[in-house]
Amino acid sequence: MPHSVSPKALKLFGVRSSTALREHQNKSAGFPGLPRHGAALVVYGIAALFAVPVGIGLIGVLLPAFGYMPALGGRALSLEPVRALLAEPGLVTSVLLSLASGLITTAVAVVGVALFLAAFYDTAGHRLAQRALAPLLAVPHAAAAFGLAFLIAPSGLIFRVLARIFGFDRPPDLLIIGDPWGLAMMAGLVAKEMPFLILVAFAALPQADPTRRMRLSASLGHGRILGFLLAVWPGVYRQIRLPVLAVAAYASGVVDVALILGPSTPAPLAVRLVTWMNDPDLSLHFMASAGAVLQLLVTGLVLVLWLCGERLAARLRHRIGIGGRRLAEDHWLRLLSAVPVALAGGAVAFGLVWLSLWSIAGFWSFPDIFPPSFNFSTWSRVITSLGGPMATSFIVAIASATAALGLVVVLLEARRRQFGAAAGQKLRLPPLVAALIYLPLIVPQIAFVSGLQVTILALRLEPSILMLSGVHLIFVAPYVALALADPWFALDPRYEQIAASLGHGPIRTLFRVRLPMLTRPVLTALAIGIATSVGQYLPTILIGAGRLPTITTEAVALASGGNRRVIGAYALLQMLLPFLAFSLSGSLPRLLLRRRGAMKPR
Amino acid sequence: MVQLRIVAMVMAASLLLGARANADAIKANDWQSTLAAAKGKTVYFDAWGGSETINDYIDWVSSEVKKRFQITLKHVKLNDTADAVSTVVAEKAAGKNDHGSIDLIWINGENFAAMQKQGLLSKGFATTLPNWKYVDTANPTISVDFTLPTKGQESPWGAAKLVFFADTARTGPVADMPKSADALLAWTKQHPGQFSYPAPPDFIGSSFLKQVLLETVADPSVLQKPVDVANFETVTKPLWDWLDAVQPVLWRQGRDHPKSYPAMKQLLADGELGIIFAFNPAEASSAIEAGELPDTVRSFVFPNGTLGNTHFVAIPYNSSAKAAAKVVANFLISPEAQLRKEDPRYWGDPTILAMDKLPAKDREAFAKIDRGVATLPPSKLGPVLPEPHPSWMTRIETEWKHRYGS
Repeated sequence: MPHSVSPKALKLFGVRSSTALREHQNKSAGFPGLPRHGAALVVYGIAALFAVPVGIGLIGVLLPAFGYMPALGGRALSLEPVRALLAEPGLVTSVLLSLASGLITTAVAVVGVALFLAAFYDTAGHRLAQRALAPLLAVPHAAAAFGLAFLIAPSGLIFRVLARIFGFDRPPDLLIIGDPWGLAMMAGLVAKEMPFLILVAFAALPQADPTRRMRLSASLGHGRILGFLLAVWPGVYRQIRLPVLAVAAYASGVVDVALILGPSTPAPLAVRLVTWMNDPDLSLHFMASAGAVLQLLVTGLVLVLWLCGERLAARLRHRIGIGGRRLAEDHWLRLLSAVPVALAGGAVAFGLVWLSLWSIAGFWSFPDIFPPSFNFSTWSRVITSLGGPMATSFIVAIASATAALGLVVVLLEARRRQFGAAAGQKLRLPPLVAALIYLPLIVPQIAFVSGLQVTILALRLEPSILMLSGVHLIFVAPYVALALADPWFALDPRYEQIAASLGHGPIRTLFRVRLPMLTRPVLTALAIGIATSVGQYLPTILIGAGRLPTITTEAVALASGGNRRVIGAYALLQMLLPFLAFSLSGSLPRLLLRRRGAMKPR
Repeated sequence: MVQLRIVAMVMAASLLLGARANADAIKANDWQSTLAAAKGKTVYFDAWGGSETINDYIDWVSSEVKKRFQITLKHVKLNDTADAVSTVVAEKAAGKNDHGSIDLIWINGENFAAMQKQGLLSKGFATTLPNWKYVDTANPTISVDFTLPTKGQESPWGAAKLVFFADTARTGPVADMPKSADALLAWTKQHPGQFSYPAPPDFIGSSFLKQVLLETVADPSVLQKPVDVANFETVTKPLWDWLDAVQPVLWRQGRDHPKSYPAMKQLLADGELGIIFAFNPAEASSAIEAGELPDTVRSFVFPNGTLGNTHFVAIPYNSSAKAAAKVVANFLISPEAQLRKEDPRYWGDPTILAMDKLPAKDREAFAKIDRGVATLPPSKLGPVLPEPHPSWMTRIETEWKHRYGS
């Protein structure tokens, strides 16, 4: 238990009387220099700062959804775009695909992560997963999807091996990728989302008090897996609920993975939305906007259904808890529990190897398992044009992630000080603030970025690194908040009370006590923020007006040419910065805290 | 009297000639001032960035216009021209009617039609470019883009023609390949699962539907006029019959389609598809060069003609560097730039210049280009079928979605 202080320790630090402490607390209760309602102002102010651009963008999509967009000749409100949308063939199937993708992907990923943690918590498997996490997290979604596609496609690796054994020379004509149920697409999403959920679950685990709870459940005769699921997992899940919801929202509105692995006749709603938005016939813009509003409703419905599912799961857990089954012998289940996470990690890792191989391959076709020849022409070409886009990606990612971290820290700290912090008190962001901050995760990007673009143009703002970082901040901040909020509120406030009693001001306490103690979650949040910024395509190309190419805009443009060598090379380049960030967030704490032995992470 | 008349005629003629020389001088003066205005400007050129060879070619153009005209050309790489169109729409919506962010767009067909209709393009400029004199104006697709008069609002850049490709190592000699849409249907029935097309509204998928429509329609002239709702069903019935017949023998039984034409290249390489098609006759040669296709791939066309069109560059109405954009457009249609573009070592895109209008030296250089084993020479590409009016395609795409897309 790293985050608790015994009363004895308090005495040791010379805490004289509780009244003195309370006085000091009252003085520092507001944000530095601000009274308590000032802190509230800071909380709502920052939340609004994040939400206003999204709101403006949303207005920019709501108006055309109801026929108003003078630039394209729509001068009166009408229901025509909605009617056109509802008349689209296969719309119901598209909506159902999006719903299913949001719910099933999330359910499979959460159950897989829960089972894995239950079976392997505090074992070699746990530590292995921790090490493998950084590269897996850094793989861009599209690259992971390409990797999976190559693994399971009829012309892919599995069938190439089979072709060697059975001697066929043409791939079988089987519908595996792009199946009408969207199974390949969901598999790809699960593979990519599991590492993310494992990351946040690892961060949440210590606060769930696993050691003592496992001891308790063992004393009741529960087996390892059931014991963990009944006693520890609820405490973990409560902390990672927001990231889980973010995964559900993402999976219901995903475009790139769906394009690569998803069905096409018809495609999920979000993919069709992009097609309509990009249609040469500009009058489709109205229907596309109506589609964006529908996508918003679908994502909302996914979240509501998920929350209902949570209730059901809680009931089920209660039933099992009092049902009397102990599952004391669960060795077979432990092995089985490794399967989903191992498959996901294996698939993403395989995709990575495969992409690297492609980037140096000569002509390589079915049924060759390895490329028969190699050449480095792709790399030599890529390297020469790399500098500018790479630098832009780095600067914007670091600027936006750092700014997001700063703002989120101020926000969380202000919220904490709004209530004189007391140990054991459950703190959360107020629902309104949470809704404002997490809005960009729920609203489909394509729906509000173009509205935002119009606003920025109307304000006559010229594209600059600063502005692009500002726009990225909108998408980066929610993820940083997601990763940092719970650890921030979970840290025992008595550490700071001690510091306060020693006469340190709130700012000094923040920098000398709180931030160092939270080194790991802070760096993890920063790394997630950097990875999010690097991955942004649409805002970069639209808001940057093509003036600020990044590694991702180059990668997406080149990927449209379908040359796997180029796709492979750029996927690796896109990984570079996130990989560095995730690796550093894993290893830096060890380094930074080497003189603070007691805080050293395991 | 006769003499007098002759004198009068001579005088009149010389007057006319003088006037013409004068007009030429004015033109030349205009161009001089355009060049002067272009100096030191930056041109943002929004163009699809999915091909490394094309990107390299544009890089070359950048270095040339820098050297010759002190113009900085920046290639804004897009994965879809629609991104550029929507940027101009957004700028118009925001009232940004000058200092727009795009100065030149690589465009044609439906995107051009949409921008022209919404008034998002500069006034006509193409015919005033000095190098216009070399352009093959006899080619109807240069002044009429998808049946819409270009009004000089876009300047031609290259020619496109539908060409088919097969891997002779897997499917046998190219001489035995189908020679019409009906023959293609018969071939697909014999080789189930080895043919497909990208789902419309993918550009190349829609183009394939147009090819079948043009071949099967009773009277192709109706397609040059806007779609007639009353007889849409009768006119397009042969197309749907063809598609219904091919559906069960398509790749994946038509339950999925290749994502795009680059995806078809990969499927050909892996042997999933036996016949694919593209809009650039040199596509296979450059793909062999890039290691994307085996060197046994050859191209073929239908002797009765395949769909052809022209791709262009256009200047948005709110560009801040219109003069410089014109200078770049003019350079793009210079014999030198066109020659390099047609050479498959650099790109392999057919020229839009008329050989008989070129100086002898340039004509010879074009004749000498080594097009590679998988590229048909211009003389063997067959007749060009003109694009139907865009409104037909819009209707057909909707109907296709109803029948096969949901």
